[in-house]
Amino acid sequence: MEQHTNKERLLWTIGILVVLLYALIPVMWIASLSFKTPAEVGDGKFFSGFSTDNYEVIFNDDTFLAALINSIGIASIATLISIVLAAMAAYALSRLDFAGKAVILSGALAVAMFPPISIVGSLFDMWRAIGLYDTWPGLIIPYMTFTLPLAIYTLSAFFREIPWELEQAAQVDGATPFQAFRKVIVPLAAPGVFTAAILVFIFAWNDFIFANTLTSTDAARTVPAALAFFTGASQFEQPIGAISAAAVVVTVPIIIMVLIFQRRIVAGLTAGAVKG
Amino acid sequence: MADITLDNVSKRFADGYEAVKDMNLEIKDGEFMILVGPSGCGKSTALRMIAGLEDITDGELRIGGDVVNDKAPKDRDIAMVFQNYALYPHMSVRDNMGFALKLRGADKAEIDDKVGNAAKVLDLEQHLDRKPSQLSGGQRQRVAMGRAIVRDPSAFLMDEPLSNLDAKLRVAMRTEVSRLQQRLGTTTIYVTHDQTEAMTLGDRVAVMRSGELQQVGSPMELYNHPVNLFVAGFIGSPAMNFMPATVEGDTVKLPFGDVKLAEELRGRVKDTGGRQLIAGIRPESFEDAGLVGDAKDKGTSFRAKIEVLESMGSELYAHFSVTSDAQIESQELRELAEDAGGGEIPMEGEEGRIVARLEPASNVTEGEEADLWVDATRLQLFDPEDGRNLTVDASGPPAVGEGSASERTEGDVQGRDPAVTEEGASAPGATGGDPQQRSAE
Repeated sequence: MEQHTNKERLLWTIGILVVLLYALIPVMWIASLSFKTPAEVGDGKFFSGFSTDNYEVIFNDDTFLAALINSIGIASIATLISIVLAAMAAYALSRLDFAGKAVILSGALAVAMFPPISIVGSLFDMWRAIGLYDTWPGLIIPYMTFTLPLAIYTLSAFFREIPWELEQAAQVDGATPFQAFRKVIVPLAAPGVFTAAILVFIFAWNDFIFANTLTSTDAARTVPAALAFFTGASQFEQPIGAISAAAVVVTVPIIIMVLIFQRRIVAGLTAGAVKG
Repeated sequence: MADITLDNVSKRFADGYEAVKDMNLEIKDGEFMILVGPSGCGKSTALRMIAGLEDITDGELRIGGDVVNDKAPKDRDIAMVFQNYALYPHMSVRDNMGFALKLRGADKAEIDDKVGNAAKVLDLEQHLDRKPSQLSGGQRQRVAMGRAIVRDPSAFLMDEPLSNLDAKLRVAMRTEVSRLQQRLGTTTIYVTHDQTEAMTLGDRVAVMRSGELQQVGSPMELYNHPVNLFVAGFIGSPAMNFMPATVEGDTVKLPFGDVKLAEELRGRVKDTGGRQLIAGIRPESFEDAGLVGDAKDKGTSFRAKIEVLESMGSELYAHFSVTSDAQIESQELRELAEDAGGGEIPMEGEEGRIVARLEPASNVTEGEEADLWVDATRLQLFDPEDGRNLTVDASGPPAVGEGSASERTEGDVQGRDPAVTEEGASAPGATGGDPQQRSAE
């Protein structure tokens, strides 16, 4: 790295601060609201009082806890299935030459093109007819479907980067095609796998349309949908503080997950150094 | 340990391109076989078919007597060293070398033991816990070799394993590979485009050109008795000099003078009908006329203006030109020229540049005329039409030091090339059309 002059460093610092403020002020505002009492909510100040009442309220609320569990479970399972399927599909697409390859790729793209809102109505009817309405699979299936194309595209880009010789070396070394895939290709594509996993997880975690339409009770309602049904501690209170607290709580798992995976992504990228 | 046999093996790709045409090759148990040829000649494809990484379109491949055409690479018990090494970047050197054993289900003690031994042989002991990205090119190359030898396979396949190393390291590793192969005694097939590697490493060398096997033999045999123009031009550095020639009676007319046809060659090149031939003379067949001594009557002296003189210390390379009205044209020479980057071979009647290797004691000087001498017994004559060497004896001597070798190019490498056959064996259809070739040396 070349040395930056003081002026450059100053400009960089200002730039970074602007971006951070722009991105974080809404989050800070929500966080600040979550610590206010109902009386302070409208005062327009960042720091007025500090009360953890709102957090006590939501963590004593069975609906919210159920929704949190639903969210974690549904998003994790959808991510897992989506990544496993996408990895196998992407591997085939990047390595094999077979009839219909182009059709599969454009089909995957077409799936991603449908706006969720355009199918959610018919899904509602279908799910009710076959008994998937208000169940975990009822949400996992659409999440998986909508994230597969993205995961396939991301992963096949990563697989293509891996020299084919590595796989052939594994085959000559005595590996079955599946062993070569699992022990050589997947570990090397780990950064790609984690990237795709984060994207899929965030999609599933943030989704509101499916969660709102396809659920009706605590059995499968996820946090974004549950928040909309929030009421305050009493009927006569605006539940703003509680909603803010819940919003902060649902943000935390995403932040933790990104931090964990981000480290893996960076580690994977630097340890790769494939070329001989 | 196993012998490997290619029986009329062909490879046609989906687009119809035929990378390997009807290849017959027998590699004996423990033999070090080199496949050499310019890029695109099918040598790597042939190797990959043996490894099982490419399907075989036609023919039969046998390893240790078993037909393995339809066996997966993992069931062939072969180890391969790739050109770019293909080390697993996420594994340590130890895990890289032990991967095959682990897949095979060997217990940890056995893996440690074998990896340890290989590391000792290859001087990698202090690097076992490092990742490939932390190693130098030469070390990675050794890890790739190590990964092959820990398995103790029935054959090693090496695909230009040294081509990614710098020149000095390559020479060192060449010796290393040779030593290793002798020590292990494992059948080895080694693919290279570098004729120096081919000459120095192999027990036998198979020269390929556009998917066809040209000649199989010991390095010296290829050097001294190339069956055609292509082999003659490909093997040897500096390359053989080619020039137009005609035969009139016992005399060969060359651009720089007439050379009396050596007695042992006379019978073989009788019936050329005075047509244009291509003469090939190796640089070392020239000498400073003043230094030849008693052997002088075996050849002819001539004068030439030395344009460039390169001194290597142990030898001198004198470059001079010859002019000729005659033109030589040959598909094989053109290919060779393309492969070498062009321009090295006199073609189309241009002034032909000739390289002569002289004794360092010679006192020829750059820019001056000098008396040179050419050894007529080493002269080779080629048919410009099919490139066939007219001076090689089809029923001639077997490979030097390889007396029992089954030197077969199967009589029909190209349908017209004289086969180099085992001593005494009759070679049906082997003679491309010279019934007079019976007079052995």
